[in-house]
Amino acid sequence: MWLTDSSIGRKLVMSISGVALVLFLLFHATMNIFSITDALFGVEYYNAICKFLGANWYALIATLGLAFLVVVHIAYAFFLEVQNYRARGRQRYAIEGKQPAVEWSSKNMLALGVVILLGIGLHLFNFWGKMQFVEIQHIFGIHVCETALANATNGVLIIKDTFANPVYVVLYLVWLGAIWFHLTHGVWSALHTMGLNNDTWMPRVKCISNVVATLVVLMFAAVVVFYFGVSLAA
Amino acid sequence: MERTINIKVKVWRQAGPKAKGHFETYALENISTDSSFLEMLDVLNEKLISERQEPVVFDHDCREGICGMCSLYINGHPHGPDSEITTCQLHMRKFKDGDTITVEPWRSAAFPVIKDLMVDRRAYDKIIQAGGFVSVNTGGVPDANAIPIPKRDADLAMDAASCIGCGACAAACKNGSAMLFVAAKVSQLALLPQGKVEAAARAKAMVAKMDELGFGNCTNTGACAAECPKCVSLSNIARLNREYLCAKMKD
Ligand code: HEM
Ligand code: SF4
Ligand code: FES
Repeated sequence: MWLTDSSIGRKLVMSISGVALVLFLLFHATMNIFSITDALFGVEYYNAICKFLGANWYALIATLGLAFLVVVHIAYAFFLEVQNYRARGRQRYAIEGKQPAVEWSSKNMLALGVVILLGIGLHLFNFWGKMQFVEIQHIFGIHVCETALANATNGVLIIKDTFANPVYVVLYLVWLGAIWFHLTHGVWSALHTMGLNNDTWMPRVKCISNVVATLVVLMFAAVVVFYFGVSLAA
Repeated sequence: MERTINIKVKVWRQAGPKAKGHFETYALENISTDSSFLEMLDVLNEKLISERQEPVVFDHDCREGICGMCSLYINGHPHGPDSEITTCQLHMRKFKDGDTITVEPWRSAAFPVIKDLMVDRRAYDKIIQAGGFVSVNTGGVPDANAIPIPKRDADLAMDAASCIGCGACAAACKNGSAMLFVAAKVSQLALLPQGKVEAAARAKAMVAKMDELGFGNCTNTGACAAECPKCVSLSNIARLNREYLCAKMKD
């Protein structure tokens, strides 16, 4: 199969899974913004979305699809990096020069990815474990406490609780920083891998990459900072 | 007026492909800043021979930046710290009195060391043999204007064709990827009507050979293009990806 046997095929899998994850992040970040506008205008759109994306068939299928993408992306990341380490050979250079044109993130995608993975773990524990997972447990007849079940679709409450804790605020901001670095290289690199680049478009594609990364990260960070502010004001 | 410098060169010495290598440091005095880097190594070798030691083995041929034989990794950069030149075009005026200059061979699993600073770069020849040619009988040479080619394509093909196959791209790459070289060789033909006929088969064959020889997966760091002595553009890699992916989709 050329998607596993050829280097460009493997890169294509990496880029498609990466871009799909970026699209998910764009959706997720946009949806999160409602948690701020709700608080400002006294409406309840965010929790309505949480209810909509609870443990029902379409949300569960989407969650499985998302998990599949993450697994493929990570499996290929290690697959590629091990091969690349071997390709460079056992004897390493005594001095590794730096080229000003080479982005730092492009050389540290795996390290950034591992930080992102740890962040995903924390995030699943903080939110998914208290929301969709509680509902799934309930459906399978596993006993969950009444308040946990009642709060499972109250996203705003869980956001408030989580970001009242400054430790989580710092951890989430570090995580978002890693995502920013990963995406400033990742987005243009993925387009380049798909062949969508040339000399004229190179600066534009890199600009798109920076804009997308910054937009995603700012939208997420806004929620973290806003609710930390709310906790200070309370 | 001629200036001279005293330097130390820290050179990788390795007796053979299987032998364990190590660094050896030599002091050199009164090296003219007008001399080239390879002339400096010639001076070192004369000195070693006069002291009945083995001279340092390194590749070189034209010494004017066109053959692609010279291949030294100097102070952390393929072809040295200067840009857009080969090792043979590097001048000693780029170094300061008292400097220690570290010289290593290309390090890539697909380019094994033969001896000292000389590596086996036949892997690139094998990639060319896999498809880097046009296999039609061209007969007599037609007039240059018989096949109209847009100026833009002609220029891009010419820029890609400036690749001299030196191997600095794979040597510079943290992933040991040969993509810039293969991209240049695929592009120079894919852009022209004569090469388009076999473009799909060529891209598939050359990439398959590149993978088989153990070169790494490109992650678009761009170190290759930054170090390439001929400034082959990174966007050639996007063209190679395009050619390859389109060829595979058609199958
Ligand atoms: C929010 C989650 C993530 C998103 C949106 C994302 C996105 C991307 C994108 C768009 C690329 C560029 C693909 C290309 O160059 O063709 C990429 C590359 C990469 N990702 Fe991720 N990624 C995520 C998580 C991870 C994780 C968890 C890991 C590893 C543990 C990881 C490791 C890598 C590596 C090593 C590369 C470079 C591979 C290459 O360029 O060939 N990523 N990522
Ligand atoms: S692309 Fe540049 S660095 Fe690579 S072999 Fe050709 S001339 Fe050398
Ligand atoms: S010796 Fe020919 S390019 Fe340097």
